Amino acid sequence: MNKSATNLSRRRFILSSAAVSGGFALGLNLPSKAQQANQSNDINIWVEIRPDDTVTIKYARCEMGQGSMTSAPQLVADELDCNWDQVRIEYVDVNEHVRMERAWGDMVTVGSQTIRNSQDYLRQAGASARAMLVAAAASEWGVPPSEISVANGVISHAASGRQSGFGALAAAAAAQPVPANVTLKDPADWHIIGQPFPRVDIPASVDGSQVYGIDTELPGMVYAAIASCPIFGGTVASFDASKASTRKGVIDIFTIDGNAVVVVADNWWRASKALQEVEIQWDANGNGDVSSEDILNVFRASLDATDAAPMPNNAGDADAALAGAQKVVEAEYFTPFLSHSPMEPMGATVRIDSDRVDIWASTQAPEGLVSELVNALGVPQESIYVHRVQAGGGFGRRGGSSDFARQAALIAAELPQGTPVKLLWTREEDTQHDFYRPLAMYRVKAGLDENNMISGWKARIASGSILNQMRGVPLRGGVDFTAAEGFTDLPYQIADQFQDFKLTPTHVPLGFWRTVGWSQTPFAREQFIDELAAAAGEDPYHFRLKHMAQDELSRHILVEVANAIGWDKPPPAGNFRGIATTEPYGSFTAAAVELSVNDAGVINIHRIIQGINTGHMVNPDNVSAQLEGATVWALTAAMWGEITLEEGRVQESNFHNYRMLRMSQMPEVETVLHATGGFWGGVGEPGQAPILPAFCNAIYAATGTRIRSLPLVHHGFSLA
Amino acid sequence: MELRVNNQVFDVDVEPEMPLLWVIRDMLNLKGTKFACGIAQCGACTVHIDGEPVRSCSFPVAAAEGKAITTIEGLSEDASHPIQQAWIKHQVPQCGYCQSGQIMAAVSLLAKKAQPTDADINAAMTNICRCGTYKRIREAIHDVAGTTAEFYQA
Repeated sequence: MNKSATNLSRRRFILSSAAVSGGFALGLNLPSKAQQANQSNDINIWVEIRPDDTVTIKYARCEMGQGSMTSAPQLVADELDCNWDQVRIEYVDVNEHVRMERAWGDMVTVGSQTIRNSQDYLRQAGASARAMLVAAAASEWGVPPSEISVANGVISHAASGRQSGFGALAAAAAAQPVPANVTLKDPADWHIIGQPFPRVDIPASVDGSQVYGIDTELPGMVYAAIASCPIFGGTVASFDASKASTRKGVIDIFTIDGNAVVVVADNWWRASKALQEVEIQWDANGNGDVSSEDILNVFRASLDATDAAPMPNNAGDADAALAGAQKVVEAEYFTPFLSHSPMEPMGATVRIDSDRVDIWASTQAPEGLVSELVNALGVPQESIYVHRVQAGGGFGRRGGSSDFARQAALIAAELPQGTPVKLLWTREEDTQHDFYRPLAMYRVKAGLDENNMISGWKARIASGSILNQMRGVPLRGGVDFTAAEGFTDLPYQIADQFQDFKLTPTHVPLGFWRTVGWSQTPFAREQFIDELAAAAGEDPYHFRLKHMAQDELSRHILVEVANAIGWDKPPPAGNFRGIATTEPYGSFTAAAVELSVNDAGVINIHRIIQGINTGHMVNPDNVSAQLEGATVWALTAAMWGEITLEEGRVQESNFHNYRMLRMSQMPEVETVLHATGGFWGGVGEPGQAPILPAFCNAIYAATGTRIRSLPLVHHGFSLA
Repeated sequence: MELRVNNQVFDVDVEPEMPLLWVIRDMLNLKGTKFACGIAQCGACTVHIDGEPVRSCSFPVAAAEGKAITTIEGLSEDASHPIQQAWIKHQVPQCGYCQSGQIMAAVSLLAKKAQPTDADINAAMTNICRCGTYKRIREAIHDVAGTTAEFYQA
């Protein structure tokens, strides 16, 4: 598997050839924009400099609140040595990207990857553009490039006192050869990376001008409401539209893909009301009796299955170590299906013309939209134009599958050519037709030796596989590593360990849900460590530390968080604490929660400390914002989150029965940010990972009740 | 039917039971007011009717006839309302989708109570934010009001 290396070298080649030769080898004319009008100068595919010194930095990924539309361009701007005030940010055109053989690299915005996976080529793009500006100045001034300096958007030659802004030299710079190698800055010299610049997309979010997919408005547009079969895998047996079709504004009623009924009208509300009056008979195709209890029984069997796949990091002889242990602890944990429920429901607007297809949709995967339309309509990818908008939350829902884009395309194909149609789901449709966070069960067993050190560790993970189910991706050695993350590389030194994975598929669609495996495995792992500490009669923080002697980075953030909450000093009377540590998405995160619980089970959270070490950190204020938000995300799931099935149908439908944490329940969150250097960790997702176990460990400290299944409402707890 | 929205009068031909949200969004093309739940649970569709916060997804347009309707677009010409400015200063929004509703709820709160306590904020700010920006919303409201958060004192 050397795909990424191939892509990277291709990307570098295109960046060079486009700037050097005008890209004629690819049939493109990137720099010609500058030559035509002398108004813009593309130094390379990431950087364009206008005569007024404005620096336009291209942004390839998506923005859904995670902030990388600001932080990714910070990487380019720093190496370019411009002023941040000069910078304007523009989305990369998806059609151009497709035609240029993916010149801008990955557009998909998932896995907390934007910074850590593009930092190298983004910094190189900035450094390369800077070098070309320097070369242009050297040529124009007849001085060696080595004597030229660049700072704050000014190019200077000290000896002669000559100076220039970027704009005056941009055209000459664009004509310079792309340097074969550029030296990236020492992190000590960064002046834009590491700064908490305000997010560029925020002003539009306070006056209603931010445009999301749902806000698309086009001449002649019609609106579509959809009802997909409420039973996964089911189809439309028949439908009676005689009543609905007489309603005001209704244009057409039909089925798509055999599993959904669509009403098209001149207004979405009218379409939606009419759809409620369509009498639909569904064919359950065998899944009409499935309940949550049935699914749980399948998973319980998986915990005892004899054909699970061993994990590659197994070492020593766990059974022998357990046999010789002084104490043995065993526990099972359960995490339910969860829905993403971003505030903006799924939807897309599609217009099919004779020579092109246009789509407007909130997405995490612009290229995923292209693939969906290619598959749905059989048109070439070069004919597809994706219009880029802010996403009203993503959290993984808009990344793995673009089912809504397929639906909108199939609906548009039923309408007269050139008719734009906006498909919008109801909240109920959104909740009941998600690609859910997998349900999983864990059985963990470990021993303690005479020194209360862990001696022997066994773990069984039973889960579905997102990629296997969604795309048929085969498991590696029988293990789904996104479901097993958190168990594959323990921060605790345990000589004898054996862990295995039992694939447990169901008919429920699975998807990447913010923090993915790391949203659930720490619930088991980090509570189980607490259970071992309790069995040992030791403090759970110090019990962790003594097993982490060789893992400096995991230790570091755990210690910082413990210090921040004052772990070694007792909390106020009646308050109790829990702590946990995790290593998600290239970062190191730890959390400590302080709470009290009254006799009625009402939990009052007094403090949460959220710590992260991202290695290098681009925009600290945004990192704090992501940690604050991730806390809300985790607590919501902990308290109320579950998707259940009865008679094959998802029972939860809207925010009244799929509850969200609100303002009155928002605890104090203090963030502890560390950037120890040496690596680039993710930001959008890691914050959630330690919250759930730290919270449950604190509940155990307060009540003696160990939380082995979620959500907490089923254990008699509520949130003050 | 005549509707007065952001000090402009519009004549719309709609069913009286159509929710105000869809008239605002799809008839008047004011897209800042958002749809998220449709059952008055989340507040993303919050507008003011005669100064009161109303969840327009569940409010029939006929009931708004003759009243003064204000949407996020009518709050200020240039995002200069102190709440809007505080939202930028505190970097409140993440995805931003719920923030029109949050801002309308906050403006209404401060109009009634210039110096709200944390309990007042908890009672008035019941809108859902899936990104979890509540901490910054609270801080921004306190900033505008010149008050401090007591909620966080242990």
